[in-house]
Amino acid sequence: MTGPTPTVPAVEVRDLWVRLGGAPILAGVDLTVAPGEWVTVIGPNGAGKSTLLRVVGGLLPSSGPVRLRGTSTGPVRVPGTPTGPVRLYGTPIDRLRRRERARVVATVAQSPVVPPGMAVLDYVLLGRTPFIPALGRESAADLAVVHDVLDRLDLARFAGRELATLSGGERQRVFLARALAQGATLLLLDEPTSALDIGHQQEVLELVDQLRADAGLTVLATMHDLSVAGEYADRLVLLAGGKVVAAGKPREVLTEDLLATHYRARVRVVDGEHGPIVVPVRR
Amino acid sequence: MQKTIRRGPSLPGRPAGLRPGWLAGGILAVLVALVAGVAFGPVSLPPGSVAVELLNLIPGVRLDSGLTEREIAIVTELRLPRAVLGLLVGGLLALAGGCYQGVFRNPLADPHLLGVAAGAGLAVTVVIVLRPAGGDGDPLAGLPVTVPLAAFVGATGAVLMTYLLGAAGGRDRSPATLILAGVAVSAFLAAGQTYLLQQDAESIQQVYSWLLGRLATAGWHDVLLVLPYAALTAVVVLLHRRELDVLSVGDQEAASLGLHPQRSRLLLVAAASLGTAAAVSVSGLIGFVGIIVPHAVRLLAGSSYRSILPLAMLFGGAFLTLTDVVARTAAAPAEIPIGVVTAFFGAPFFVLVLRSAKRVLT
Repeated sequence: MTGPTPTVPAVEVRDLWVRLGGAPILAGVDLTVAPGEWVTVIGPNGAGKSTLLRVVGGLLPSSGPVRLRGTSTGPVRVPGTPTGPVRLYGTPIDRLRRRERARVVATVAQSPVVPPGMAVLDYVLLGRTPFIPALGRESAADLAVVHDVLDRLDLARFAGRELATLSGGERQRVFLARALAQGATLLLLDEPTSALDIGHQQEVLELVDQLRADAGLTVLATMHDLSVAGEYADRLVLLAGGKVVAAGKPREVLTEDLLATHYRARVRVVDGEHGPIVVPVRR
Repeated sequence: MQKTIRRGPSLPGRPAGLRPGWLAGGILAVLVALVAGVAFGPVSLPPGSVAVELLNLIPGVRLDSGLTEREIAIVTELRLPRAVLGLLVGGLLALAGGCYQGVFRNPLADPHLLGVAAGAGLAVTVVIVLRPAGGDGDPLAGLPVTVPLAAFVGATGAVLMTYLLGAAGGRDRSPATLILAGVAVSAFLAAGQTYLLQQDAESIQQVYSWLLGRLATAGWHDVLLVLPYAALTAVVVLLHRRELDVLSVGDQEAASLGLHPQRSRLLLVAAASLGTAAAVSVSGLIGFVGIIVPHAVRLLAGSSYRSILPLAMLFGGAFLTLTDVVARTAAAPAEIPIGVVTAFFGAPFFVLVLRSAKRVLT
């Protein structure tokens, strides 16, 4: 652990509940991410990883226990609950207006929509939406930010290309570029590498790590590949059945016992160069 | 194998948007359509003289066009209002169609999607069936004067029903829910219309002549009727056209970019529906314009709604006015219903656009 610091956490989640049709998706989750830290949430399918990211990203209301009524899928605020349990840099997320929030936190969805016919430049420019007046158009400064991001991610030569014509790895870099163009310091990545081969996985994650150092980003991610998750994250949070069942350095979370209990998987954990390597073994 | 989507004026460093060249082209198309719409008819007038006479409408301009007083009356009192109405109706239908296609992220969306056509159809059928006996033989001239009002009320009422039905499905109004609600409302209203027609077979011809659409006007009256709605719809939709580009990444991601997707969609759908209802109330159900024109513009001038919407409005207006010229001259002195002509010329034209766009793409 980093020890006591005077800084306000980038993300602070206290006793977060989310219900969907009665069954709790998240049941009293606590989570803290320090500025500049990379925390990855792991857990079996249906553990609530993506839901947690959606609440932190402000895409589900976070006022008190969030409930979803009956068969409807719309979130319903529970009246009378005090200040919400999710804070970004000390501010309760529901006090931020949408555009303010979008300048603080940027999300790369699990499989982002690729709008037909849209060029890479225009797609990345969408990231400037929280800075462009509602009925106005982008400024020269917005364009400068976009071109800077495209240069940094080595995407300048694709600027005029249609997004749909790029390869998976190139696309993932463009998705990242849009999030960076938002100018947010908190980056949420939901399964950022699930569609990529191992070479492109490493390329994208190294890039994120480098941006974290260069631009002072804070990263909160979800991942399925446990070895890769452990290699890049400062801390792992193991979510199962909507609860945090383990949290700490990769070495503390990626143990054969914990993984057997919560994934019902038989694995060997061996020491790797940058952290534990998890190898599935046939039962 | 390199596939470049933005053609002609596109530079890699510039974002998509309305290019001045395309805007000029759209305005030129409108002017050409206006002159053609006024010049051609049962009595053809020289287009040059017509252009001069149109310039004379600008305050302070006084040129000699060489037209007789009777011909000038034909220009200003008969053909000009009809040509202007074609511009307004065609522009509104194309704008609303492009807007719906963006809001619902569905290339097949057309302005009549949310029950507008069925609502207007049922209301007009009711008015025609209940008309006092003793109409003359001409199905067009015999339309009751309350038809535009009925069409407008029916169209807006149907969209409202669609919206309430879609909203009943839950707080999370997904685009698909609204489209399904539109299908249900349309089927319900169409059943009512069919029943009424079956009871009163004499009305069938009148109802169908209205359904096929027409631009026959009572002078400037219809233009003034539709103008305020056209202005309101155009201003609201065009001001929000950038939001349609943001919505193209889906509600979830649009929300993470700081947009309020449901609010944007409600505003845009309301504006587009109002414009469609106004167009339908004066011209009946003219198909094709709202779906073909935005797609042709998209193929030629790029996929950003920032250019699609203003260009669709200009080219949609020009297209409908030119089609109307064909509708009233091809079988003169009879008039072909304009809805038939839009389909007849629109389909081959769209195939042409598709082919040429493909050539540029590959």
